[in-house]
Amino acid sequence: MLSAEIKDKYELVVGLEVHAQLLTQSKMYTADSTEYGNLPNTQLSVITLGHPGTLPKVNRKAVEFAMKMGLACNSQITRRNIFARKNYFYPDLPKGYQLTQDKGPICVGGEVPIALSDGTKRSIALTRIHMEEDAGKSMHLAGEVDTLVDFNRAGVPLIEIVSEPDMRASEEAYAYLVEIKKLVRYLDICDGNMEEGSLRCDANISVRIRGAAEYGKKVEVKNMNSFRNVARAIEHEFERQIELIEKGVEIISETRTFDATTGTTSSMRTKEDLNDYRYFPEPDLSPVIISEEWLESIKASMPSLPRELHQRFVHEFGLPEYDAGVLTDSKEIALYFEELCSLTRNYKAASNWVMGPVKSYLNELTLHISDFPIPPKRLADLIALVDEGKVSFSVASQNVYPVMLESKDSSPLEIAQSLNLIQQSDEGSILPLVESVLAENPGKVAEYRSGKKGLMGMFMGQVMKKSLGKADPKVATKLLTDLLEN
Amino acid sequence: MEKFLSFDDIRKSLENRETDCKAIVNYYLNNIQTKAHLNAFVEVYKDSALEQAAKVDEKRASGKAGKLAGMVIGIKDVLVYKDHEANASSKILKGFISQFTASAVQRLIDEDAIIIGRLNCDEFGMGSSNENSVHGKVLNAADESRVPGGSSGGSAVAVQANLCTVSLGTDTGGSVRQPAAFTGLVGIKPTYSRVSRWGLIAYASSFDTIGVFSRNVKDNALVLETMAGSDNYDSTVSKKPVPNYSELLHFDKRAKVAYLKETLESSALQQEIKENTIAVLEKLKQEGHEVEEVNFPLMKYGLPTYYILTTAEASSNLSRFDGVKFGYRSPNAHNLESMYKKTRSEGFGEEVKRRIMLGTFVLSASYYDAYFTKAQKVRRLIKEFTENLLTKYDYIIMPTTPSTAFKFGEHSNDPVAMYLEDLFTVQASVSGVPAISLPNGRDKKGLPIGIQVVANSFKEAELYAFANYLMGLNVN
Repeated sequence: MLSAEIKDKYELVVGLEVHAQLLTQSKMYTADSTEYGNLPNTQLSVITLGHPGTLPKVNRKAVEFAMKMGLACNSQITRRNIFARKNYFYPDLPKGYQLTQDKGPICVGGEVPIALSDGTKRSIALTRIHMEEDAGKSMHLAGEVDTLVDFNRAGVPLIEIVSEPDMRASEEAYAYLVEIKKLVRYLDICDGNMEEGSLRCDANISVRIRGAAEYGKKVEVKNMNSFRNVARAIEHEFERQIELIEKGVEIISETRTFDATTGTTSSMRTKEDLNDYRYFPEPDLSPVIISEEWLESIKASMPSLPRELHQRFVHEFGLPEYDAGVLTDSKEIALYFEELCSLTRNYKAASNWVMGPVKSYLNELTLHISDFPIPPKRLADLIALVDEGKVSFSVASQNVYPVMLESKDSSPLEIAQSLNLIQQSDEGSILPLVESVLAENPGKVAEYRSGKKGLMGMFMGQVMKKSLGKADPKVATKLLTDLLEN
Repeated sequence: MEKFLSFDDIRKSLENRETDCKAIVNYYLNNIQTKAHLNAFVEVYKDSALEQAAKVDEKRASGKAGKLAGMVIGIKDVLVYKDHEANASSKILKGFISQFTASAVQRLIDEDAIIIGRLNCDEFGMGSSNENSVHGKVLNAADESRVPGGSSGGSAVAVQANLCTVSLGTDTGGSVRQPAAFTGLVGIKPTYSRVSRWGLIAYASSFDTIGVFSRNVKDNALVLETMAGSDNYDSTVSKKPVPNYSELLHFDKRAKVAYLKETLESSALQQEIKENTIAVLEKLKQEGHEVEEVNFPLMKYGLPTYYILTTAEASSNLSRFDGVKFGYRSPNAHNLESMYKKTRSEGFGEEVKRRIMLGTFVLSASYYDAYFTKAQKVRRLIKEFTENLLTKYDYIIMPTTPSTAFKFGEHSNDPVAMYLEDLFTVQASVSGVPAISLPNGRDKKGLPIGIQVVANSFKEAELYAFANYLMGLNVN
């Protein structure tokens, strides 16, 4: 382990390259389906296979998805898009080159705002976002000598989001990835699933003496299949590189692979044996021109973004930053909450409900909010029931809410009534309970009167128990206080 | 007796009920058999051609036949035809059967043309003598000891020897025009992007065009107008409307014609070709046309520019032939790397390998700017010069080739001498403008001479009309 003192001499510099697989129905340059999980080599055409005489054709939906991401990141949208060939040999690359963008990516610049756990906010600058196609998958089956190739994924559209070397801590990289995932899901352009590979991340990591103007030699780390592993890989590289520098060993530019079981990286290839990709403009595709009308129509179709909803939740609904953060975590939850807030004025209660009972139910059953059985209107009715003093929050959440999850037909009020849970708030019915509790505990009453005020909770508990939880706590407290103090 | 020497002949015979499509196909099949030693055809589609002929005859009987009914066409072995083999004359594609039909070919079939077979060519269109073919060399019917030109040598000889009515070739740097000149035919390279490349096995994507061989201008125009035009399968093809060239052949204007000093003064130019070219220019003057000499100082950069850019594109276009998905896979491979190396070493011929290496070199990081980027710049200069010139002049006239057909093996050991064959044809290819080669007499040995006319982009109608007029002058 490095001492904090040594570590402190150095600054970490991280840039991320994130590939997001787009949720288009068809591939980047052909009409083949992009559906995931079908039998190998069933989603192919002569174009995907690169048969002689075939030509690619740009999927306009994919271009629109890339534009959306660019607009969400405040990037400049390139109007005349040309494609480039990245040439290399690999069995899962049918044409022997990948169609990508080299000079003139569809989105230039831009930024992704992030928030750290200590509340710090900053923006990570983007270099570019460009469009490209995915490769197929090589499979090495147990017992097979040959490598098999599945081309279903070949040609599936991707965007590559390249950040500037702008991150200075693994936590920033983590927060950045969380934000990217949130964005692509809000935009509905990628399902953002890193474990399944629909979101992939490579990290460029270097260190330098704090205050140095030049960047250190960067190392590219691949094969991290979760946000946490990206953070772990960065932490590991930070220490590894510092240790080398401290020993006087020069860092070499290389590609390293991350091993999740050990949390360490190891060398894959050095810069010397890197491919020369021989990029050149793709002559088989005419440029894709983005007209003013097209761009405007995409702008008009943009959904609310997480940061916009966050702002609204804080400023309009008066919620704490923390609540707004949790509620905008996923687009669907945020939209559910937004609708809920159009049906109740008690925004904080709405927030508590969604962050508490609703989310824990979804988490427990790993459900999506679209499968949540209680529509916002019914939840708003339940909030109203509490606000009107008909049931307490604890009765509402522990007794009424579970029934609502099961029965779609009855209103919260009907459920509370049928379970005989409506709060007793008339003094006439609670008074006998209070009197009997005091009568049963003469000793405690004496102790209370001699100054042990803490016993109030015990009396309350007894009253609630006798009322089977229905006594309005406010009324019960008032009656207890009246009788005990006089 | 030679029959069916033009599509007009065929149409007349059909109209007069002297013949039917089946008889026409049989006539050509018989010729193909008699002239089999010319090696023009790689594969003859006897059954499907006769079947198609019967169908077209039926359609004719009910008055529903398309405008090419009775036309019998051979296609170069780089154009794919559904359920038929396509090799690009390469071992690497032996046994490959295409699952779709090239758009250009489909459009001819849709107008009831009959496809009679596929034609020999240089491997992947790379060559100027048709000597680089896995199917063997093609003989020039004018002198069987000589090459027919290339790369569309089989397509040229098929029409020259009357084995089909017209044929399709492809022209990347002269591959239709040069063999047309060597065999005494009309051969067009249309404007780049005029005809869809869907189904054309790529050599150099930003140069490749599909062209036509015929005995006369009208047949040529008819075929091109049928093939040309926008196509959903090719995003680079022009959406400009296609005039009916074959109906616009009347020419009665006073033309402004330029000829390039550098072509006529080229030391590589054969004397008789020079004389015949000058004779045409003189005749045009006499006929009242304006004929002027212009300088083309960039001419010497044409060939290097062409070879840098086409080999760069080819090196990438041919990467897909790796033994993984289709075509030849070396049986001698023991791992992935050796599969790639052996498949490609054994599957490609020498000239193709040479060009892949050249192209890989000019695109490599250390030489990219010195070669590829520079060549792109020069391409733009040549294109601008040519287009500018063609706004001042209606046509540029020059010889199609520096020499007439040469002997087999004459240039085989000297690739650069072979590349010189393209000296006069690459300008139009680099610029993307249309050019046509027309027969222009013969040399002392009796070998055909070609003359080339170049027009501005998408001026095929004007080019054909002038070509037709020039043929009518019968200068040489």
